[in-house]
Amino acid sequence: MKPKSGLTRFHNCNILRGGKIIKEDLWIRDGKIVNPEQVFYVEQAEADITIDCDNLLLTPGFIDIQINGGWGIDFSFDSDNVEQGVYKVAKELLAHGVTSFCPTMVTSDKNKYASILPRIKKTPGGKHGATILGVHLEGPFISLAKKGAHSDDYIINPDKGLESLREIYGSLNNVIIVTLAPELPGALDAIKGLTSLGIKVALGHSTANLADGEKAVKCGANLITHLFNAMLPFHHRDPGLVGLLATTTEKQVFYGIISDGIHTHPAALRIACRTNSDGLILVSDAVAAQGLPDGTYSIGPMSVSVENGRAYVVGTKTLCGSTSALDECIIKFKEATDCSLEYALETASLHPAKALGIEHIKGNLNYGCDADFVIMDPKTLKVLSTWIAGECVYTAPK
Amino acid sequence: MRLIILEDADVVAEWAARFVVQRVTQFAPGPDRRFVLGLPTGGTPLGMYRRLIDFHKQGLISFKYVTTFNMDEYVGLPRDHPESYHYYMWNEFFRHVDIPPEHAHVLDGNAPDLPAECQRFEDLIQEAGGVHLFIGGIGPDGHIAFNEPGSSLVSRTRVKTLAYDTLEANKRFFGNDINKVPRQALTVGVGTVLDAKEVMILITGGHKALALAKAVEEGVNHMWTVSAFQQHAQTLFVCDEAATLELRVKTVKYFKTETHTFVWQALSEEHQRMIADLPVPQQALLH
Repeated sequence: MKPKSGLTRFHNCNILRGGKIIKEDLWIRDGKIVNPEQVFYVEQAEADITIDCDNLLLTPGFIDIQINGGWGIDFSFDSDNVEQGVYKVAKELLAHGVTSFCPTMVTSDKNKYASILPRIKKTPGGKHGATILGVHLEGPFISLAKKGAHSDDYIINPDKGLESLREIYGSLNNVIIVTLAPELPGALDAIKGLTSLGIKVALGHSTANLADGEKAVKCGANLITHLFNAMLPFHHRDPGLVGLLATTTEKQVFYGIISDGIHTHPAALRIACRTNSDGLILVSDAVAAQGLPDGTYSIGPMSVSVENGRAYVVGTKTLCGSTSALDECIIKFKEATDCSLEYALETASLHPAKALGIEHIKGNLNYGCDADFVIMDPKTLKVLSTWIAGECVYTAPK
Repeated sequence: MRLIILEDADVVAEWAARFVVQRVTQFAPGPDRRFVLGLPTGGTPLGMYRRLIDFHKQGLISFKYVTTFNMDEYVGLPRDHPESYHYYMWNEFFRHVDIPPEHAHVLDGNAPDLPAECQRFEDLIQEAGGVHLFIGGIGPDGHIAFNEPGSSLVSRTRVKTLAYDTLEANKRFFGNDINKVPRQALTVGVGTVLDAKEVMILITGGHKALALAKAVEEGVNHMWTVSAFQQHAQTLFVCDEAATLELRVKTVKYFKTETHTFVWQALSEEHQRMIADLPVPQQALLH
């Protein structure tokens, strides 16, 4: 008998690599994707286990950079059992092919940040749930005029730049993205400060014009939060933040977009996609009601009612996040834009990984990357199983 | 020496692949009895590899007990360079079949001591008990492996400097820059291939016609190294119609008759049945 190589080979599958779906085996070891050519010639090793994938589609695990909660859990509100709540969502997400996510906190009271933020730690994924990449803090440094479903009681200016953020948020150790409005006093300093800490800055809930947006990008911002929603509509003399899609700054600007079929009109999806295809990131922006029937729930300090899958601030027609998970968003996005399957999948994997600067470990199936992937039906795009670091963490019921 | 003339390159590929299947099957290899196969790279054998992969998928052949030795490799080209023969073999063949990696031998053109690497290769062939079937292709100048015109016909595995013609011919694979084409290669010698029990040389296309004529109709000549196989007892030249263009009508007629006889008499019954079972146009084999 040969010694064990520790290698698993996924055979007979179609994998998404380099922007193409190709008939290719996927080899993994120690939770990473390995180069089989190297294994063959240098190590002269063979796989211990070969899994016949029966021509199914094998795609990088999805990354949701904006998700407020789900299955009754609201990351911004439930401060008593924070860990339990986050883990519940992390676990449920596996069924949707999401292998990494950024739990998102909306504008909240300072005390909420103090009680919740330190308890949502960056955590590697596994059977217990999807990887927690870090918290996405959306607000309170946003524009009152574009508050959307955020509570105006807590909205505040970042007058002292990063210091203002620290005063409200406390430690930024667990944070990966901050969404703020760049036109606010002190915002540009805050962007520089956050960027120097390696935290990504997203622009949103804002009345910024394009010039404000471009200044923010020059200061380090590289994301736009839920494009079209909670910002000035496109105007041909001042295109606003939407104009960043066609900006002449050299950096790639990424933008989150909710393609639940409710938040963004299919034509708007197509405009975004055709203007700046590399920057498009699908986000669920899902709320506590995700995965639950119609009813009344809370998002932050606000009450939300869900009618026919649409989440509104109670008593209004203000949308406040979606009830669709990322796998559904991919299907709807593909239908709306008639894009290629490869592209649709990349908008939920490679693009968010690039925006976060982690494409060398996540978001694609290149050699050396984490073996986080989803096995899907190539026609229906139903998630059949989800794998994190080479371990099967979810299998769909037959 | 036999010359098998078939219709076109596709039929040559099919025929060659079936011949391999037949020889391996007949040998009935096992853990202590491996079939040893010498392998070429390049455009000509590509179709044969593809058919072999199909046959493997259909369960007609396993390479579990097959040991392979490749003919040659460039010196100094990274293993994963798209023009390296390691790359070719991995992508066109090895990755698709069940050959154990430790039994797939390709010369290492990046070895620190190249002569030692060549000696190691010869030793490995010896240890394996010699090659049962060596498959080769040829260049338009009649070279087999990288045994360029003028090579010794008793040569063993060694470092060869490539002929200018070869550099010219290969520069299209290196951004049309002749300076990027490796100047040297490791190659089995003509003598190494001559030691094989059986040799099958694939020749397709009009641009190989002169080389085929030199190999078959003229004397043994070190300027057309493939001609050395006239003196090998079990050599098959398998070519398509286009490659016969420079041959005499007499030669073609003779070998076509022989192709007929050979295909149906020299092969085992089992092989005849395999050929009959598979969808090759009958007349392509019979003429």
